[in-house]
Amino acid sequence: MDNNQKYDAAFMTVFEINADQLNDELKYQSITTWDSVGHMALMAELEGIFDIMLEMDDVVDFGSYATGKTTLEKYGVRF
Amino acid sequence: MSSPILEDLISLTDHHRLACQPYADYCDTLFSGPEAPGSLAELPFLPVRAFKEFDLRSVSEADVFKVMTSSGTSGARSRIYIDRETAQLQTRVLTTIFGDTFGKARSPMLVIDCESTVKDRMRFSARTAAVNGFSIMSRERCFALDDDMTLNVPRVAEFIEKYKEQKIFIFGFTFLVWQAFCGALAAQNQTLSLENAFLLHGGGWKKLEAEKVSNQDFKDTISRWTGCRNVRNYYGMVEQTGTIFMECPEGRLHASAWSDVLTRDVRTHAALPHGEIGLIEVFSTIQKSYPGHALLTEDVGRTLAAADCACGHPGTIVEVHGRLPAAEVRGCSDAYS
Repeated sequence: MDNNQKYDAAFMTVFEINADQLNDELKYQSITTWDSVGHMALMAELEGIFDIMLEMDDVVDFGSYATGKTTLEKYGVRF
Repeated sequence: MSSPILEDLISLTDHHRLACQPYADYCDTLFSGPEAPGSLAELPFLPVRAFKEFDLRSVSEADVFKVMTSSGTSGARSRIYIDRETAQLQTRVLTTIFGDTFGKARSPMLVIDCESTVKDRMRFSARTAAVNGFSIMSRERCFALDDDMTLNVPRVAEFIEKYKEQKIFIFGFTFLVWQAFCGALAAQNQTLSLENAFLLHGGGWKKLEAEKVSNQDFKDTISRWTGCRNVRNYYGMVEQTGTIFMECPEGRLHASAWSDVLTRDVRTHAALPHGEIGLIEVFSTIQKSYPGHALLTEDVGRTLAAADCACGHPGTIVEVHGRLPAAEVRGCSDAYS
């Protein structure tokens, strides 16, 4: 799996959604499973997959499927 | 009393008057004062119990993302309607206040509660909201209590051992930290090695009133059984999630940049000067989806000017003495279940 696939897999696993739901409309709290609890599960999943440690500000700013990649790029993850 | 957030609160009052008809009717009936309030005391305020008796929301039903409830022993529950924007503001403000006190690192979190408290995400109680809200500051969570609310010492010890090189963030409701954590450790004559940890607790001292536990007793007891000396209390309520009043190093609870506080005479509701004891009214600038920006609580206490505290924090100080005796038992973030 390349990093894009790993990124997508994290969202699908944590939020129990399908690939067709991975789009620009997918944002923090746009679906019931992406609430504060789901958010922490996603952060833990991404930290594990990419072996990074996100800062608190980046956890708070991680607002959508689309912009999340920009956040991870700050930690050296290439897409 | 001038307040740096007065303009924001006036805008919120206007916003909710337009967006929430019951609130507009309430204001028109009870607050026919000056069009533009010149002080916090002149702003229309709602008693917190209004959220039990009325559905007060300023967004369409479709935009409600989450309904937070606070349970009451009388059976009535407050219903607080949260949209995405308000939820995000709550998170941002909470993390900022937390970061200013404890730093921005995310820490392993020892939750003095049981996992079943937070499992049902849709039935949001005050404890669920608090535990999950503060979890954003954490990296991994360990629940110290089993579902029967007994302390699981082996699980806690294993967690402390795993993270002995890191600062652990301990979080819990005040009465649970006292009874289910310190109480259980004392009963088993068991000490823990949490010298490097910091503890944040809130939810009220009501359940500890009979035991006459002072804040200093509380800190001394925690230190004795866990070694933890960095202990902070906060004052907050589910009706104003996010804008908590954080205890400073001098032991005083300060308003944040997004909140303020005053007291009112219990009978006349006239605003009181600093130092006089009355009902606490709390203000918060982040309530967009429901008219909860100026709330008269059923808590009794007094305010002090920020300048009275050596810590340098600019926020007004509130001292909470307890619940209004004659009030309906507003209940209960501090209740089992």
